[in-house]
Amino acid sequence: MKLEKNHDRCIGAGQCVLTEPRIFDQDDRGLVSVLVERPQGADVAAARKAVYICPAKALSLVEE
Amino acid sequence: MANADIDETNELVSFPIQRTCPFAIPPVYTKFREESPISQVVLPDGGKAWLVTKYDDVRAVMANPKLSSDRRAPDFPVVVPGQNAALAKHAPFMIILDGAEHAAARRPVISEFSVRRVAAMKPRIQEIVDGYIDEMLKLPKPVDLNQVFSLPVPSLVVSEILGMPYEGHEYFMELAEILLRRTTDEQGRIAVSVELRKYMDKLVEEKINNPGDDLLSRQIELQRQEGGIDRPALASLCLLVLLAGHETTANMINLGVFSMLTKPELLAEIKADPSKTPKAVDELLRFYTIPDFGAHRLALDDVEIGGFLIRKGEAVIASTFAANRDPAVFDDPEELDFGRDARHHVAFGYGPHQCLGQNLGRLELQVVFDTLFRRLPDLRLAVPEEELSFKSDALVYGLYELPVTW
Ligand code: SF4
Repeated sequence: MKLEKNHDRCIGAGQCVLTEPRIFDQDDRGLVSVLVERPQGADVAAARKAVYICPAKALSLVEE
Repeated sequence: MANADIDETNELVSFPIQRTCPFAIPPVYTKFREESPISQVVLPDGGKAWLVTKYDDVRAVMANPKLSSDRRAPDFPVVVPGQNAALAKHAPFMIILDGAEHAAARRPVISEFSVRRVAAMKPRIQEIVDGYIDEMLKLPKPVDLNQVFSLPVPSLVVSEILGMPYEGHEYFMELAEILLRRTTDEQGRIAVSVELRKYMDKLVEEKINNPGDDLLSRQIELQRQEGGIDRPALASLCLLVLLAGHETTANMINLGVFSMLTKPELLAEIKADPSKTPKAVDELLRFYTIPDFGAHRLALDDVEIGGFLIRKGEAVIASTFAANRDPAVFDDPEELDFGRDARHHVAFGYGPHQCLGQNLGRLELQVVFDTLFRRLPDLRLAVPEEELSFKSDALVYGLYELPVTW
């Protein structure tokens, strides 16, 4: 599973960071950075939650 | 996919819908959600709109680029009389822009409210909260918590972020109070809009000549580097940040304090373990979902929402309040439950316009609740619960006053 981000869509509300700061951060423009690109174990559920909460559909978890 | 037959002889429900009980959602929302989750309602000016009440549909509305937020469109739904005339006194706020125009306005500001930036403000927020509590403790009891604490705290926080002088924050509070007061008429609202515009223009002008370490100065510098300072746009940005950043937070402080004073079991939970406060804050945000006007949109094209066809030119209101009480998404939604994980609520909206300052709001509430109940363990209501006056006739729910003693 790979976590993908779309900076064109990201609105920088930081919901992902609030959900799981180990997986997400915001760069100096406030846009999402993905710290764990291939989440494993419990991180998969956290990543999925962030994908669901993201207001801008800027995140996706894709099968590889 | 077809619209339900609209029976013109049936009287439509008027929107906004008033709350009657501080805790329960008006039953008409629940009836709509269960029976016809996208229903026609009538607005104060006689216009019609589709009211959307299911969580998934509300998110779909707010994320759909064909449903426009641009209030400059002549058929945009009008919920407050005088709304457009008052708005026309300002360069367009980013909340009324769509697509690329909206992104261009929002982009330069988002880093100011990132989770990290906001977390760094915590010590100063703590200082401000403690400062107002110190002042409050010197006052004769009872006090109106709203006036001496709930309003000034977020107002000072947001003024400092912008770089507005302290006296300015008091003057601003006076004007904003008139703007948001229920009895202010259309002319009054326009007049105060003009005043606010003048004041913001002056603030921008002063910052251009005298930059500091604040949001406004950084925006000015950014624009200067990019080729030109757009003063009207900066004035609107300041006003938006100020307006969005003080009254809403104040209402949530009041409602949160009220909830915990009247339901001591809730207070006991966060007192026993302050690491639970962030969750409690999101649950309070979900439960009260204070913007009663919902999110307004105008269909630029035919759009399907939840199997329902909204035609081009029709108005849509997504009720974030109804969405946040949707039992399909929140178990026992009518319960205020601090143990619940409510982070996916839509009290801050959803889609590209989702509240820019939400993490600031969350942090302020967290610091306020933790500090207030720690420093004033005997805090209690100074009047019986029935005497409290709720903003059931306003566009943003809250309490007009919160008399407390300790
Ligand atoms: S939640 Fe979505 S929009 Fe917000 S910062 Fe994260 S990726 Fe960007």
